[in-house]
Formats: sequence, C-alpha cells, structure tokens
Amino acid sequence: MRPPCDPSKFVAEAVKSIPPSGIRRFFDLVSGLEDIISLGVGEPDFVTPWHIREMCIHSLEKGQTSYTSNYGLPELRDELTRTYYRRYGLDYNPASEILITTGVSEALDIAIRAVVNPGDEVIVVQPSYVAYVPSVILAGGKPVIVSTHRDDDFSLTAEALEPAITSKTKAIVLNFPNNPTGAIMQKEGMEDIADLVVENDLFVISDEVYECLTYEGTHVPFSSLEGMKDRTVMLNGFSKAYAMTGLRLGFAMGAPNIIHSMMMIHQYCMLCAPITAQVGAIEALRNGKTEMEKMVREYDRRRHFIVKGFNSIGLECCNPRGAFYAFPYIGDMGLSSSEFAERLLDEKKVVTIPGDVFGEAGEGFLRCAYAASLDDIRKAIERMGDFVDGLKQ
Amino acid sequence: MDEKIQHILEILENDARTSPEEIATLTGMSAQEVSQTIAKLEETGVIRHYKTIVDWDLVGENYVYAVIELKVTLERNQGYQAIAERIFKFPEVRSVRLLSGNYDISLTVRGKSMKDVAFFVAEKIATLDQVQSTSTHFVLKTYKEDGVILHEPESIQRLPVSF
Repeated sequence: MRPPCDPSKFVAEAVKSIPPSGIRRFFDLVSGLEDIISLGVGEPDFVTPWHIREMCIHSLEKGQTSYTSNYGLPELRDELTRTYYRRYGLDYNPASEILITTGVSEALDIAIRAVVNPGDEVIVVQPSYVAYVPSVILAGGKPVIVSTHRDDDFSLTAEALEPAITSKTKAIVLNFPNNPTGAIMQKEGMEDIADLVVENDLFVISDEVYECLTYEGTHVPFSSLEGMKDRTVMLNGFSKAYAMTGLRLGFAMGAPNIIHSMMMIHQYCMLCAPITAQVGAIEALRNGKTEMEKMVREYDRRRHFIVKGFNSIGLECCNPRGAFYAFPYIGDMGLSSSEFAERLLDEKKVVTIPGDVFGEAGEGFLRCAYAASLDDIRKAIERMGDFVDGLKQ
Repeated sequence: MDEKIQHILEILENDARTSPEEIATLTGMSAQEVSQTIAKLEETGVIRHYKTIVDWDLVGENYVYAVIELKVTLERNQGYQAIAERIFKFPEVRSVRLLSGNYDISLTVRGKSMKDVAFFVAEKIATLDQVQSTSTHFVLKTYKEDGVILHEPESIQRLPVSF
C-alpha cells in the first residue's frame, strides 16, 4: 500500500507567506445570523441598469459567446479611448495602450507581475484595498507600507512617501478615491508625488476604480499629470460606477510596453475577459451616463446622511469625498477595531469592517459602506448609537 | 440645473413625504434653505402637485380604466387648447394628451364599471361638437404607473461582507 501524504507540503512558500485575512473569520461570524444590517459590503446595492443587462441578454440570444481578442473587443477599447479623451483629454491608443481584464483584481495582479522583479520593493499606501500587499508578495516583490492619516484627510503626502523610497523601490500603488477611507487626492498633492516619482524613477500603479464616485471636486487621473502617462498604468473597471460587480470587467491603460507585457500574462492566465460583460460595458460607456450619474447622486445623499449620523452619535467621521465608504473613528472607545466590530455584530447585529483589515493605519477606525438603503443606514446608526452609549456607561 | 435643486426634486419625486429636515441631512443644506427652495419651486410651478399612487385593487375598489383615442376637428380661431380644456374638467378624466399620429388626443378615464366608462364617453365626450370619433380601449392590467412598478420587487442576495 502506498503511504499517506500531507498535501500541505505542496503549497508554495509565497502563498504561505500571505498574511491571513481578518475578514474570513468575520465572514464566518456573520453567516447564519438573522436580522443583520450590513454596512460591510464593497459593492453597489443597485442592480446593473436594465439597458446594460438587456444588451447582455441580447448578445447571448444572438449567440455572442466566443472568445474575444486577448486585448478585449475593439469596440470597447475604442469607446474607452473616446471616454477618457472626452473626460480628461487623455489620449490612449485603443490598439496598443488598453487591455480589458476580468475585473480590476486581475488587472492589479498582472500589472504587478508585469513590472516587479524578485526583491523589488513596491510601496503600498494604506489604509487601502486588501489585495495590494498579497499581489506584491505573490509576484516575489517586497511590499513597503506608507500610511496616510486622519489629519491629512487620508490623502498621501510627499513627506510621508519620501522616507519609504530606497534604491530598490520599483513602483508605488495608489488608490484614490480610496477604499476604505473615501479619501481623494487634490491635484497639488498629486503633483508633489509626481515629482518624487520622477526623481526616483518609479512606476505608478493607480487603481482608480472609484473614479466616477467623486462627490466633491473632480477626479484627476494620475496619468493626466504632466509626464506621468508613460510612468503610470491606470487600473479601472465597471463594477462600482455601473453596478456591474459580478460581471467582472476591468481595464488597464498605459504605455504600449506595459500593456503588452500585461497582455503576455493575461493571454495565458485568462485568455480574455468574458464577452458578455464586454458587450455590457460598451453599452455602459455609450448610453450609461444618465443612470450612472443618478446612482452617484443617490450615494452622495446617503454620504451626507451617514456622516451626519455618525457625528451625531459621537463617532467622529471626517468627510469622505469619494467611493462609498465612511470611515468613522472609534479609537477612543476603549476597544480595538476588531473588538468593536465583533461586539457590534454580536450585540447589535450591525456588520462593519474593522479598519485594521486595510492595514495597520486603519486601526481605530471602521469601514462602513453606505451602498445600502437609507432605511438600513438609519437603523444601523440607531443601533450603533445604542452600542456607543452602552460603552460609555 | 442647480445641483441642489436637482437633489431636492429627485428626492421629492421619489418620495413626496420627505421632510425639509431630512432633505437637509441628505444634501448638506440647512433645513431653512431647503424649505425656501421648495417654496420657490412650488411658486414657480416647477413642483405642480404632491400625490400618492394607490393600488385600489388591493382594497377591493375595482376601478375600471380606459384609454380613449379622439379624432377632433378644430374650429376657426380655436386650437386644441379649447377642446382639451372642455375635456380635462371632467373628474372622470385622469389624463389628457395631445399626440402626433393617427389620432389627436388621448385620454385616460376612470370609472366604477365598464358601463360607467362607456356611458361617460358616449354621453360626455363623443357628443362634443369638435369630436369626430372615439375609440375606447379598456385597461386590463397596469404593470407600471408613473415610474412605479406595481408588484413586489425581487430581492437580490448580496454577500453580507465583501471588500
């Protein structure tokens, strides 16, 4: 008889070195509970606008179920070129500077793999989306964390960034509008970062998936700053702006060499993004502006509501100018973020995400998504108010 | 359009009961500013009316609705306004529209029974001098009324936690 084996020994070291996600445990705590109100989601509570869904259905009826070009449907890339020229005067060649991906998640993974050599340092600005650090580790790079702070409204300053740059630094990952803080960057602050990028000859991976959810001021793509287009790959997608999360569609825009290198990986790990989603995305770009802007206005109203609500129950909450997250401070309540979130779930059945899930700099905060109905937000704030009152006694 | 006005109109069009205080919270305006803006919108006729969409079937009030197509002849010196006014003053008439195409005016009429509606059209509308012909279509079912879908919404299951 052949001997039994322990399959765990086959797992690669790189995977083992990925820090455990605090969220898994939280997810297990939530499942099975009744009467919960969730501010824990990272996706719109809207359904994809009907005209987009209808176009996807139509394409399926016509039998449009084939592979597409590795780069994505030419019509979709053409629409993206037009859209970004119209919005920002950015001029990306649809034939060589755009790659359609299976969500921004894939774009992020292959962008990092396309530029990182083993041992390269990649600066990750935190608090931020949970995938950046693991993606760098899986590519053999070394993540170097730079923190943003409440005093700066969680935007990145050159002073905070500069000391983290070494001779080994290859790239920096930016995420504005930011998940989980809702922070955006002002153009002046971005120019300072751009100066540092040039001085130190760095590459920028800019995840701008919340671009369209900017409520105060206008979004400035990092690549639109002078001299930054060829140093930046912009990652973006349709999930947040057009409520298309499950359709998994993203894109990357950058210099031909970078996009081609990303495509070299994409062609083998993904081949192409799902054609149905690509068809929907074309429709979204051509005819989706009105509905998208309507959703954005709705988020904006909930944003005012939730920030005022948190401040009224004694949770200090700075003004999130983008995305759909509020990031109230709970650091003076005598509990860690995780303890606070777990007890809040346990005692009041409200789901929030502890801020430290998004990096140490998030400790003392909670991520609360306002991509939920006003009724739910209202109830959640009431319950959280009771909880905070209980803690104070 | 002013962004604040757009917010106010969208909120009220969606739910006319929203109070100025609530609108203030949702928009970052003061309650006083909201009230003043609404007053101005009412004064200038931007806001015409506040009403409730009722599904009368559910309380056993089985109203009958019909869409009536009218062909009319216009009299000298009188446009469509005169005939429209004669018609829209009847409380049975719920809407009046001037249309392009094969006929001129479309009405929605509400009555207690088909007989009710038929008699109203025969006696009050068809007999008007300007009306050449009428064509009555009874409504069998209303699926959507003024932007509101009249059945239970489907619930979409989302993960309670995601990034």
